[in-house]
Amino acid sequence: MVQAATNAATTDAEASFRELCRRAYRLMLLARIAEDKVASLYRAGQIHGGVFVGRGQEALSVACGLALQKGDVFAPLIRDAAGRLAFGEPLIDGIRTYLGSRLGPMRGRDGNVHRGYPREGYLPMISHLGAMISVVNGVLFARRLKGVAGTVGLASVGDGATSTGAFHEALNQAAVERLPLVLVVANNQYAYSTPNSRQYACRDLADKAAGYGVECQRLDGTDLRACLRLLTETVSRARNGAGPQMIVASLLRLCGHGEHDDASYVDPKLKGAPLGRDCLKAAEEQLLLQHAATTSELEGWRAEALEKVERTVARVQHEPAPDPFTEEWRAIASAALVETPGTRPVVKHAGINLSLA
Amino acid sequence: MSITYLEAIRAAQARALADDPRVFIYGQDVGAFGGAFKATKNLAQQFPGRVVDAPISEDAIVGLAVGAAIEGMRPIIEMQFADFSTAGFNQIVNQAATLFWRTNVPCPIVVRLPSGGTSGSGPFHSQNMEAIYAHYPGLLVLTPATVEDAYSMLLEAVALDDPVIFCEHKLLYYHLKAERLPTEALPVGKARLARAGRDLTIVAYSAMVHEALAVAEELRTEGWEIEVVDLRSVKPLDTDTVMASVARTGRLLCVGESWPWGGVTAEVIARVASEGFGLLDTAPQRLNAKDTPVPFHPNLWAAHRPTARSIAAAARSLLRS
Repeated sequence: MVQAATNAATTDAEASFRELCRRAYRLMLLARIAEDKVASLYRAGQIHGGVFVGRGQEALSVACGLALQKGDVFAPLIRDAAGRLAFGEPLIDGIRTYLGSRLGPMRGRDGNVHRGYPREGYLPMISHLGAMISVVNGVLFARRLKGVAGTVGLASVGDGATSTGAFHEALNQAAVERLPLVLVVANNQYAYSTPNSRQYACRDLADKAAGYGVECQRLDGTDLRACLRLLTETVSRARNGAGPQMIVASLLRLCGHGEHDDASYVDPKLKGAPLGRDCLKAAEEQLLLQHAATTSELEGWRAEALEKVERTVARVQHEPAPDPFTEEWRAIASAALVETPGTRPVVKHAGINLSLA
Repeated sequence: MSITYLEAIRAAQARALADDPRVFIYGQDVGAFGGAFKATKNLAQQFPGRVVDAPISEDAIVGLAVGAAIEGMRPIIEMQFADFSTAGFNQIVNQAATLFWRTNVPCPIVVRLPSGGTSGSGPFHSQNMEAIYAHYPGLLVLTPATVEDAYSMLLEAVALDDPVIFCEHKLLYYHLKAERLPTEALPVGKARLARAGRDLTIVAYSAMVHEALAVAEELRTEGWEIEVVDLRSVKPLDTDTVMASVARTGRLLCVGESWPWGGVTAEVIARVASEGFGLLDTAPQRLNAKDTPVPFHPNLWAAHRPTARSIAAAARSLLRS
């Protein structure tokens, strides 16, 4: 009887994990197809500024987004298209921000991967690496002051960011305050063109966490199932009061730093190594092997994602661009304190009345 | 009873903490110790859990404040010395200052900068940072010169929806006194006519206001009536009040304790020259610190920054031109 109940529970857990894998795969696929589309628009000269894609990082990224709940905080970085979708960002937001639509969350004032809704816990990155971690700390710190418990903040960085002072300061700060921070380091082997050998000299990036008194787990970032399991478990540890957590995931960036970069510097040996495999293909194979999806289902999902992306891009291409003439050009919230230089009529000795204040 | 400039800053923080549950203070040594200058003395005891010691991490201190502001709080952060804010510069100018523009979400944080030179403090405990922060869009920069302004402007800074760089002058901390805390005040963005005159306008802010007032008193004995305008806030800059004063006097001397290249005095002169050229009877002048790091030795320090003596010399020369 007990055995039967245990078996039933295991089967339930397996079924729900299988469902999670299916969901994760579909988000990864949507992210990949959307980013391929944006990259092709870039090559066609239809994108202002750069394009930065997450090819090869979708498994880790989607696991970050799916491990979080509504009310949690997420500070994604440049290769987190899958995680953003998983956290609830509508596909159209990314497309609008890339194409500079006035209707997008950043209204043409900021572009590409710089997007979010701060008040909803979805923080828009600045370009300075490591700088978002302490901002996540601040949201978590404020919630503690307000007596809000049970939420987690996840910040995403790469191997390059681990060399910044901001990373060091923020991880130490989270440890001192014992905040429910999950810091996910995607070690994709290159920071722009700089290989790990020129980025750090410790044995393993995970060792850095020990220096701050932070727990750290290593992860195969190409394995969707491993990513989903570890992220779920780690986010839950942070939620339950275990203090800040770090994860270092090994993978390979399967693209340039941006679409302007041919990545010719990437060591061919890495491409052939296990960490160089494409996590999307690997996830597909896993789904088939586990009988979690059929070939025709996969084909259907792909067609659906393609159609959704094409439809969204077509819609956004007809949306208005920002208008410099109606733009408010105001950088401060206090409207009364805005200066308008050069508009002041001044008359000499006109008896301007000034009282001693 | 009398209250010092520093006590006014402490009183303003105590009142902000008492009046608004969204306010908290975060910075190095601000907790039980009460701050390097005692600007938060007893506040940690009075407001448990809301006056919090930070690690020596200026970048993360500002970053945390921005995150807390996003979450609806009103953090006041103390940089132990204005000079050290350069270690948090990125978060101030790129994170805090851009948030509203990028996202329409305000970033109400106050960054307190104990500023300016005191004899013997040397290159890294004496700087004035207002010019560099005023250069960045998205920040407000306040430079109170009086006990009353230290109090009322700090309270207003906490209430404002923007990141405010609050430059409080260390030289005024203990010596500047008022009888009582103010019950009313000019709003941020309005300059104050500190002394009325008709022969020359001296525009100053922060500690230099007191040097300018001393000069006005000295030159009175020589028959000159000097008008002194205290900018109070350097961003926004109250050009109207400056221009109105220059319209009365026809002569302008702008004095700042910061370095000469660019900065607040250059901005004031540029505005008056371009918008009020016809008001001027002679070329406007400015006086700043020397273009070197701030020296340690009192002999050098006293000659590095403008003083009543050097301001008086510049004023006499302007009055004769």
